[in-house]
Amino acid sequence: MAELASSAAHVRHGSSIGQPLTRRDGLLKVTGQARYAADNHPPGMLHAALAVSSVARGRVTGLDLEAARAHPGVVAVMTPENRPALAQDPDEKAGPFVFRMELLQDDTVRYVGQPVAVVIAETLEAATEGAALLAPRYATEPVSTGLEDGEAFVPPAVGVGAPAEVRHGDVEAGLVAAARRVEAVYETPAQYHNAMEPHAVVAAWEGDRLFIDTPSQGLAMAVGRVAGLFGIPPENIEIRSPFLGGGFGSKGAISGPQVLGILAAKLVGRPVKLVLKRDQMYGPVGHRAPTRQTLRLGVDGEGALTALHHHVRTTSSRYDDFFEPSGSVSHTLYASPAIATTSDAVRLDTGTPIFMRAPGEASGSIALEGAIDEMAAACGMDPLEFRLRNYAEVEPTSGKPFSSKALRECYAQGAESFGWSGRPLAPRQMRDEDGLLVGWGVGTATFPALMMHGQARAVLRRDGSGLIETGAHDMGQGAWTAFAQIAADSLALPINQVEFRAGHSGLPDAGIAGGSAHTATAGMAIHGAGADAIARLAELAMADQRSPLFGAGNAGVVAREGRLVRRDDESRGESYAEILARAGLDEIEGRGTGAADQAAQQHYAMHAHGAVFAEVKVDPELGQIRATRLVGAFAAGRIINPRLVRSQYYGGMIWGVSFALHEAAVVDRRTGRVMNANLGEYHVPVNADVPSLEAILVDEVDPHVNALGIKGVGEIGITGSAGAVANAVWHATGVRVRRFPIAIEALLGQP
Amino acid sequence: MNRFDYVRPATVAEAVAAAAQPGSAYLAAGTNLLDLMKGGVMRPARLVDLARVPGLDVIEALPDGGVRIGARVRNSDLAYDPGFARRFPAVAEALLSGASAQLRNAATVGGNLLQRTRCAYFYDPASACNKREPGAGCDARDGENRLHAVLGWSEQCIATHPSDFCVPLVALGAVVEIEGKAGRREVPLEEFHCLPGSTPERESVLAPGELIVAVRLPGEAASFAGHARYVKLRERTSYAFAVVSAAAGLRLVDGAIAEARLALGGVAAKPWRVPEAEAVLRGVRPGAEAFRRAAEAALSEAQPSGDNAFKIELARRILVRALTLAAAGTPERLPALPASPHAPHPGVSLHG
Repeated sequence: MAELASSAAHVRHGSSIGQPLTRRDGLLKVTGQARYAADNHPPGMLHAALAVSSVARGRVTGLDLEAARAHPGVVAVMTPENRPALAQDPDEKAGPFVFRMELLQDDTVRYVGQPVAVVIAETLEAATEGAALLAPRYATEPVSTGLEDGEAFVPPAVGVGAPAEVRHGDVEAGLVAAARRVEAVYETPAQYHNAMEPHAVVAAWEGDRLFIDTPSQGLAMAVGRVAGLFGIPPENIEIRSPFLGGGFGSKGAISGPQVLGILAAKLVGRPVKLVLKRDQMYGPVGHRAPTRQTLRLGVDGEGALTALHHHVRTTSSRYDDFFEPSGSVSHTLYASPAIATTSDAVRLDTGTPIFMRAPGEASGSIALEGAIDEMAAACGMDPLEFRLRNYAEVEPTSGKPFSSKALRECYAQGAESFGWSGRPLAPRQMRDEDGLLVGWGVGTATFPALMMHGQARAVLRRDGSGLIETGAHDMGQGAWTAFAQIAADSLALPINQVEFRAGHSGLPDAGIAGGSAHTATAGMAIHGAGADAIARLAELAMADQRSPLFGAGNAGVVAREGRLVRRDDESRGESYAEILARAGLDEIEGRGTGAADQAAQQHYAMHAHGAVFAEVKVDPELGQIRATRLVGAFAAGRIINPRLVRSQYYGGMIWGVSFALHEAAVVDRRTGRVMNANLGEYHVPVNADVPSLEAILVDEVDPHVNALGIKGVGEIGITGSAGAVANAVWHATGVRVRRFPIAIEALLGQP
Repeated sequence: MNRFDYVRPATVAEAVAAAAQPGSAYLAAGTNLLDLMKGGVMRPARLVDLARVPGLDVIEALPDGGVRIGARVRNSDLAYDPGFARRFPAVAEALLSGASAQLRNAATVGGNLLQRTRCAYFYDPASACNKREPGAGCDARDGENRLHAVLGWSEQCIATHPSDFCVPLVALGAVVEIEGKAGRREVPLEEFHCLPGSTPERESVLAPGELIVAVRLPGEAASFAGHARYVKLRERTSYAFAVVSAAAGLRLVDGAIAEARLALGGVAAKPWRVPEAEAVLRGVRPGAEAFRRAAEAALSEAQPSGDNAFKIELARRILVRALTLAAAGTPERLPALPASPHAPHPGVSLHG
């Protein structure tokens, strides 16, 4: 593989953190040299193709195995009859985030698109045709496909083990006492991650050693899961995942199809490649569940909230648990003496929903921001003024102070750049020169500042260079670059003097790349590892009488550009290389860990915030909407690389536009089949849908989240944005649409 | 995908002879056919590739002022042909509102006429579809059908023809030139596509083995050039099929409409010309009231086939819009967002 580029522009003395470096992997990607999982072709490799169920519930009663096996090039057909044994039942629920998998354990069909057989062949074409020839027959059972279907129940937990009900104060009393009340029901559809890169695996067994190329947002978790399933030691498994073509949560846990590729390789005793077809990504690799959210708000005569109740109806699969935690935004965003969030769910014959970029926050934000906007309108208040009136000085449900919260600055800077002050209060007041209705909307963005648990290793070498290793994941967000920046600073070296290794399971566990926590977690691990290596080097020097640093113990030393110098006299010092050479060492190593500071978390609520302002234009007769302008201002602690962070915000804001206006799985209510399981008909925005985006990086110093002050930026951009767009549609048209994505027909009532 | 023969004839005569074998399909760019074959929706026994057949990729000016467009002319080549775009601006606008730039660079004129519906049930072999498998039933009828037909549909099929290009073509009286074993014949585009009735599998008047060699626009079609527009509603600004669309051409004499040409897209199994609406406009002065009357006439027979009643009123409104824009005059330059209601005002940057 070609090298990651560190151009001359990347050489920087002093702090690499904060510099807008371009992606170090950019050249590889635009020249097609970045090697993704499916680009690997080990010698002797065979191709596998899935045969998937076309029904949502029942049993497979027959497969035309003869026809498939007789097809030229087909090597084997894997079914429940001959699938290699597993050491662990794939339905065993070892923990809340060990998801059940369909690994041909029996003939049961749980959802449309479930793998029912795997065909392994000499060519992709032969495998594909073999899979088609299996023509499964089924015994079907009645299916549940929608939010109305089946009996609702209160799940034991939602999201990542959060309580299904949170109650603070007396909501009913608050509503009774309110001068004004709003009750509104919002609906969001099922959505699919649709990463550009489909789930893919290239698996090769050498005895009981296993080599896997597959995209992963959680290398260590994947190793653990595969080790458990196959009953082999984790150290026998090597997963390479240098680049992901997007993950968005669907590559957080290794999925059933990826494990089927590994099983196929075991069955045939040769390396096997399995790549999901696009339509096969609408089933076994997760989705965002649909929701119906009921918001009840009350305000006093001054427009201050007296009560907020956010009830979420969502869905999970019939056989496993994941519940979209849409109420979480209401815990944090607006001050109210009484807040309750409640959830219930129905079970559907679908694949299990899973984390999808801002799980809960995205779907909850568009509903909450809509209801808040409705209340602002009911009060006759500017929606920004209303949000400021209800600004949460402390986290409302917990009462904790925020570790930092520059949301006022976000509102101010975003509004200024957008030109919000010119907004008429009433809807349907603005037109452009072509007669299109123009509307402006605002939404508040929020996402928790989380940390996972991660580790890193640092090495200082005798040639003066450094090495940082951590099994971090680059999903496209720029990990190769941002972590290299943190690595350089941790070792006080220019970035081109530091080798950074990531994307491999043999490296220290960097923690899962999820929850917008990867930069903070792995970044802190790197920071700690570098500091540890420097400290060990300093001990070495300070104890050596031949070193100019000898005896600097009390004053201490600092690392600067490859040298250690005395803190009290920077003219006295020597290079890392000199210290190591004199000690006769080739290198010195340090270790670091990134994890949440439990004490700080007990005392502070930790969240990133932002304000998004949207302009839409709507054709008054035809109802066609276009988001013409978005300005987002976000405060997320320390920014490692403003260029990459801006891109993350843009991407999130585009997801917000998509959420409000475009994106939905069209599910046939009779069969549970997704009828638009392709990128032609499952609409996500094209360039023409997002003509103007601005992301403002608002300064925020957070001394509590972690030593680097990083909060995370990967998901917050969706929140606020979707609601801002929807609120702008109301402001343009006077029509409040509570079902997403907003359809043309919803706006045709009033020509 | 089924096994199939692949032949690459050198002449039209050879192509027609090669396609005489039952189960043959002509291959042009394959932007639709190959996907359908991979999905097991179409299973031709023989592909007759037209790539090497000479003479099919020519845009030819005709003595009467019309144009003859070879069946293998690419969408982009036709839309960007300056002579063509000047004389038939609504056709160029419709072409550029379709698909994506990559698809337009490949897709052909003949293929556009013969593209299959985008009904998801047709594309899904696990669903019942009378078009794919006669007699199987129609899962769209009680299914997810908010974008399905409101005109000319039957209980057997409610699919629509997805073409943009065909909508102004049918309005302007295009003629399809067809080559077959029995020689050459011509069919007006308006009569080329079939309504589903009880035989939705039969989508056009082409007999098995017949080949579209060209589409011709008569010289009089250019007389609408000064007042011709195409408008398309879609659920994202580009790369989406029409929810509904409309083409309008007006020939104005002394401020009155001497002749109007109108057609709708996305509403039926064929591009839907509306002569009754054209008749309403003959001799009247252009204006909102007259346009609305024409639109009412155009949709007088419309019926929802499912959750799509909104398309009827939407179709009326888009006809009014297309007429309003046509009456205002064809713009000097094609809008940056062709056929979009969000086409920026002339001189206004797309990027705001």
